[in-house]
Amino acid sequence: MPILWLFLIVLAIAAGGYFLGRSRALQSAGGDSRSLHSLPSFYGANVFLKTIVPAFGLLILWLLVQPIYVNTQISGMIPETAIKEGSSRSLVLAEVRRAASGLDNAVEQGLITEDIAQNARADFTDMTQRLKDAGQVVTSNITQPILRAAQSYRVLNSTGRSAMTIAVLLAAVAGAAISLWQTNKVFRARNVVEQGVQVLLLAAASIAILTTVGIVLSLVFNTWEFFKLYPASDFFFGTTWSPSFSGRGGSSELGIIPLLWGTFYISLVALLVAVPIGLFAAIYLSEYASPRVRAFAKPLLEVLAGIPTIVYGLFALLTVGPLLLGVFGDEGLGWMKAGTAVVTAGLVMGIMLIPFVSSLSDDIINAVPQAMRDGSYGLGATQSETIRQVVLPAALPGIVGAILLAASRAIGETMIVVLGAGAAARLSLNPFEAMTTVTAKIVSQLTGDADFASPEALVAFALGMTLFILTLGLNVFALYIVRKYREQYE
Amino acid sequence: MTDASMENPGTGRRATSLTASDERTLKRAKAEKRFRLYGIIAIATGLFFLVVLFASILKEGIPAFTRTVVSVEFTLTEPQRAEAESTLFKTKAYSDLFITELNGKLAESGISVDFDEAAIERLLGKVGGTIRTFYSENPDQVGEPINFELAASSRVDGYFKGRVSRDTLQDSRFLQLSDLDLVDALTEAGVIKQVFNWPFITGADSGVDNPGGAGIGASVVGSFFMMLVVLALSLPIGVAASIYLEEFAPQNKFTDLIEVNISNLAAVPSIVFGILGLAVFIQFMHLPQSAPLVGGLVLTLMTLPTIIISTRASLKAVPPSIRDAALGVGASKMQAVFHHVLPLAAPGILTGTIIGLAQALGETAPLLLIGMVGFVARGYPDGFLAGFTEPNSVMPAQIYTWAARADVGFYEKAWGGIIILLMFLLTMNIIAIILRRRFERRW
Repeated sequence: MPILWLFLIVLAIAAGGYFLGRSRALQSAGGDSRSLHSLPSFYGANVFLKTIVPAFGLLILWLLVQPIYVNTQISGMIPETAIKEGSSRSLVLAEVRRAASGLDNAVEQGLITEDIAQNARADFTDMTQRLKDAGQVVTSNITQPILRAAQSYRVLNSTGRSAMTIAVLLAAVAGAAISLWQTNKVFRARNVVEQGVQVLLLAAASIAILTTVGIVLSLVFNTWEFFKLYPASDFFFGTTWSPSFSGRGGSSELGIIPLLWGTFYISLVALLVAVPIGLFAAIYLSEYASPRVRAFAKPLLEVLAGIPTIVYGLFALLTVGPLLLGVFGDEGLGWMKAGTAVVTAGLVMGIMLIPFVSSLSDDIINAVPQAMRDGSYGLGATQSETIRQVVLPAALPGIVGAILLAASRAIGETMIVVLGAGAAARLSLNPFEAMTTVTAKIVSQLTGDADFASPEALVAFALGMTLFILTLGLNVFALYIVRKYREQYE
Repeated sequence: MTDASMENPGTGRRATSLTASDERTLKRAKAEKRFRLYGIIAIATGLFFLVVLFASILKEGIPAFTRTVVSVEFTLTEPQRAEAESTLFKTKAYSDLFITELNGKLAESGISVDFDEAAIERLLGKVGGTIRTFYSENPDQVGEPINFELAASSRVDGYFKGRVSRDTLQDSRFLQLSDLDLVDALTEAGVIKQVFNWPFITGADSGVDNPGGAGIGASVVGSFFMMLVVLALSLPIGVAASIYLEEFAPQNKFTDLIEVNISNLAAVPSIVFGILGLAVFIQFMHLPQSAPLVGGLVLTLMTLPTIIISTRASLKAVPPSIRDAALGVGASKMQAVFHHVLPLAAPGILTGTIIGLAQALGETAPLLLIGMVGFVARGYPDGFLAGFTEPNSVMPAQIYTWAARADVGFYEKAWGGIIILLMFLLTMNIIAIILRRRFERRW
């Protein structure tokens, strides 16, 4: 709530500054806007920007830095002795945060007064119970250092908040005052404003870089943490995946090979479904179909690409799985044990990928120059011979690129495999068995109340890193092929 | 040239006829037909999958929109209420009253069937408690005839929808075979009926053991708040980034770096954005878990490339003559872009944004990682601001939660949720198409 108010107040100051700046500029020109350097609104915009940009920049920066600062302070307060055997500093910090929010709740509900919350040493004994009464989940009994840390956590946070409010408001007012003071009829407001806007535009464009940096940093940092706890060679070359959830460390085997195998196997099945269907559909649509058929069939096929993956996941779990089980299961051929298997996920993923392959291939086939077809017809080739011997070879690099893009999509797909492929990690050639993938394991290792310090949770970041590098490599390679091909005909 | 044919007349080529095709031509024609057929089969298969997908969504999902209720008109007089309140087991007294009323209803229709209180509890849950709560909240209704519509248990509901049948039913504490006789009798008497399932659309999620009471309303609200965040962030940032790249960016290494990053981000698997959200927004910045705000931030980063790519395409479609004309009458570059190019590109930008939002609305994987799934959305947020920061579920996450639960009754809810989700997506896409049709300008 206070942040929204702060936001609105800064906006109000900026809006007021706009009108003040505008009228001040006009005043300095004696009411004649022709003797101003810029249009009056630019003087207003100058004040507006100089109020809002520093204030909001400071606000965002403060919101980012404060939790980090508070955490290091609190972390320094906890003595080494307060960290129990088998626990870690981050777990204790989480406990401190829980206790602090419990204190907040308790004060809000009137169970304890603000005084007690800040100085609870007197009746420390029943604090755990009181926090539980306030509806806060507290895992263990709160110890003295944790409670003290929680109290200073609250104090630091609330002083930080008030300091932030004051600093942001000061920045806004100072920005408005300085820019108002600058305003007179010779001030080049338009140049300043336009330069400022351009910097803002550049900042917006740089968010793409920031996102990539964020992804890479969060993956690299946590993967590094993971490799400190678990040997990298066991991760990359281990053939068993069996994380333990009970004990912390030691008993888990976290080999990525079964997961990679499951990923590739399911993607292979998906491509075996999607590539022939998608390719032939693209050939028919671009070479044979009448405009009416094309106008009808192409958008309908593309509907398949617009359906959310959760729908495909449910379709795999509840429709395709039981259907396949009826044919290949115990009542049919007896090959399949359960509805969730490699074929189930692969088939459904293949359906999802059909439009990817078909639209991309369609574009590429259409880009093959008509002169090549005409030359082939002139030699007496039939239409199918032309397609097979002239058009497809010419389009091949592009089609390979399209298939690689589809493959990268298949490797990164999550919901279909989470719901349709089962949860068992195994190395097997039987497509009717349940297997699991990298993405599905990222989800299962990171959902729920995971403790981010354990190798069982951190392994998900290493898996994510592998996935990121794999898909990025495939994409770069595919784009390279497509681009290289394009140069041939344009 | 002619010499060769003179020397070996007729040996080089077989006798041909214009009316009858030779073997090789026939073979080639057949191959041609076969190839064409492959194409038709491929398209037919694709469309067949589409039809199967939608058929199964409709077939499985439509039952979620009806529910089975027992509707009994009930008049409680003041003495009856006083008497019930004076007994030791108050709810039992109310439930006895209800059973008497039900017996009367059955006798009216001339049907007799034996049942006890336990059977009623298996069918309808704790009836006495519901009735008592109603009368203690509305004391003025005592003595008035009230039409109670009590939701039947999910297994009875399943009996009507074919999920539970007499052959497959095993006696359990949830439902016994003899109860179905009572259900049939009540149906005949017109007491049990199927009505439109409003609680499914407006309600919140229920616990794991009550599929009948689960509704998608709360998660629709969660999705709404999340989409507000995505719209408020990704539209301005996306448009600003596109304007910079399309109109102002100099040709240099930094611009190239931005472009490469955008095209790579468009192809990064969505789950990686979930990891980013978990590490940066939750681990590092300590934003609340399961909050639509965090989901919105993650999805903003995910949809930005889509929006930037489509916005750049529509900016590029505005002819340079517009810019030149604006510059010619003395506008600055910034004015030319903001006063002329941007308004002309607006329909295309909006279309791209709506399609990007539709994509974000159906996205599930990144939301699993930021805790949208472990959370059971039992109620609506308390207010507008709380809508952003309070833990809530969103539509696709809710559907996943239902699909992952053990009770079969939730599957029907998941399919029903999909119908609602697809209806939202359809609406958004139709709006995008209308915008494009109506406002698109060809230069």
